[in-house]
Amino acid sequence: MLERIRTAIRTRGGTDGDEPPDARTDGGTATASEDSGLLPGSFSRDFLGSLPFWFPPFLLMGFFVYGAIGWNFALSLVNVQQFNEPNYGQLDLEQYTRAFNDPTFVNAAQNTFVLLVAFTLCCLVVGLLVAILVDRHIRYENTFRTIYLLPMSLSFVVTAQFWLWMYNVDNGLVNLLTTTIGLGRFRWLSNPELALGAVVFALIWQFSGYAMVVYLAGLRAIPDEHYEAARVDGANTIRMYWRVIVPQLKGATISASVVLMVFALKAFDFLYSLAGGYYPPKGTDILATMMVRQAFSVGQRSYAAAIGIMLFLLALAVIAPYLTYQYRRGEL
Amino acid sequence: MSTSDRIDLQRVGLYGVLGALVVFYLAPIETGLVTSLKSNPLDTAPFLPPGPGGFTLSEWTAAFSALQSGLVNSLILAIPATILSALLGSMAAYGLTTLNWRGQVGVFALFIAGIFIPYQAVLLPVSRFWAKYVPLSELLAPLWLLPVLEPYHGELIALIVTHVAYGIPICTLLFRTYYRDFSTEMVEAAKLDGATAYTLYRRVILPLSVPMFAVTLIYQFTQVWNDLLFALVIMGPGQGAPVTVGLTNIGSSMTSVGFAVKMAGAFIAALPTMIVYVIFGEQFAEGVAT
Repeated sequence: MLERIRTAIRTRGGTDGDEPPDARTDGGTATASEDSGLLPGSFSRDFLGSLPFWFPPFLLMGFFVYGAIGWNFALSLVNVQQFNEPNYGQLDLEQYTRAFNDPTFVNAAQNTFVLLVAFTLCCLVVGLLVAILVDRHIRYENTFRTIYLLPMSLSFVVTAQFWLWMYNVDNGLVNLLTTTIGLGRFRWLSNPELALGAVVFALIWQFSGYAMVVYLAGLRAIPDEHYEAARVDGANTIRMYWRVIVPQLKGATISASVVLMVFALKAFDFLYSLAGGYYPPKGTDILATMMVRQAFSVGQRSYAAAIGIMLFLLALAVIAPYLTYQYRRGEL
Repeated sequence: MSTSDRIDLQRVGLYGVLGALVVFYLAPIETGLVTSLKSNPLDTAPFLPPGPGGFTLSEWTAAFSALQSGLVNSLILAIPATILSALLGSMAAYGLTTLNWRGQVGVFALFIAGIFIPYQAVLLPVSRFWAKYVPLSELLAPLWLLPVLEPYHGELIALIVTHVAYGIPICTLLFRTYYRDFSTEMVEAAKLDGATAYTLYRRVILPLSVPMFAVTLIYQFTQVWNDLLFALVIMGPGQGAPVTVGLTNIGSSMTSVGFAVKMAGAFIAALPTMIVYVIFGEQFAEGVAT
């Protein structure tokens, strides 16, 4: 991915920039596997030599990632509240069955799903369209790209402040626009029917630039001949993109959507900042906010742990196929 | 003649759409900036400059004094956390790429999966770990370090270590992708010359990693600076809290009239990452797009 982006960003869609990355990706994997096959002697020496380099980071990361997930899973099987000590003698799945009978959980799960799908799809579509426009050999390309990606450098906390003001009932820019075109004012964040949509819109503003950058790299990796061939065949611009170009962006679409979904699952910071506390605007409660509230405000620690594990499984369902796909393509 | 006219019209349309997109992406930021410079945010439309009263910096000074300690904490947090995670990521990537051994891909997959972990799945153990098993203030008390660290909230070490641990996966990925492009001949030649793994890393790999360090440091700095969740759970809203927590606090305690201060605060909190972004935009794009 990275090498493609680097060449793509530097060479402006020229054909000479397109061949090396592909060749290198394949070449890289081939030599790596050949080396381990051809040099069985140097292998254990290399393994021992490599230990001091990867093992300490692995221990630190492993403890905090895998150790913590294991510990969290154990917590979800007991019943601890507040700051009581967990009793690991009695394990059951009570917290999980409780979740599925809890309307708050079901609602938060639905919102998570809506956010995940709507946000990811809209970001991909906006990002692709913007990338296609930016890719048309425009002047000041760097400036346009920089502006479109700027919101992504801001934290959720900062963008939440901006959008609180944008959505303000009396003087927000959004309501100013809607009243100008005759639709009237809306309580975007305090109306439960509109709040989730308003949140998704703000997050699209923040992250569609990310999808643009990924698609731009993908577009730059497509040889110019493919465009020319489509033109010679008499395809118009829309047909050309839809039939010839978009199918070649499968890799970009997959990696962008995985990362966007992870952002969506992490939208806690945004919702917490909108509300200034553990209870997000009505209608926007997602599993991420519910978990933190149960753990650090309500004090239902085991219940929170169970929600955390379910979020983890949700992420795993997205990531495991992605990692397998990357592995097959030799990108891992 | 007619075709070039048509093409020009197309170009005009293209730049029109690109300009409209500029307005869309900049509108909230511009509105926030203009609002932050008004003493009364309601005296003109939110995106327009203030009325007869003119611009004022008083909201910026108010926001700055509210966020000052948070800014200091964020710097103490982000700088070491960024450097350490980049260094450890580079080491791990070196051990998993340049030195060939069976099982590399499996170990690497374990590293990579760490990028995608929803923090909600680890939050309780992590907060418990720092609060109960490693109470830093107690551990630090007998050490000579305490007088040095205390004014800067020694507990920030907990947050630094946490960010380093969760930053390692992405840093490893960035460096590994980079190291895979290195010519294997060069590495093999160094090995044949009898270079140990350490010399090879120190003399060959590290000097060549400078461009990738730039990308990784920028990416990680943004991540750590912008984090709210870990800061909230590990540090709480107290004195040691970073600027994101401080901003949430002023954000929630103000009514609609206080929007000027809120916007000023948002800009102050965003300034470091915005500066990094404007100066190193290209490297930032590389970092996020990987």
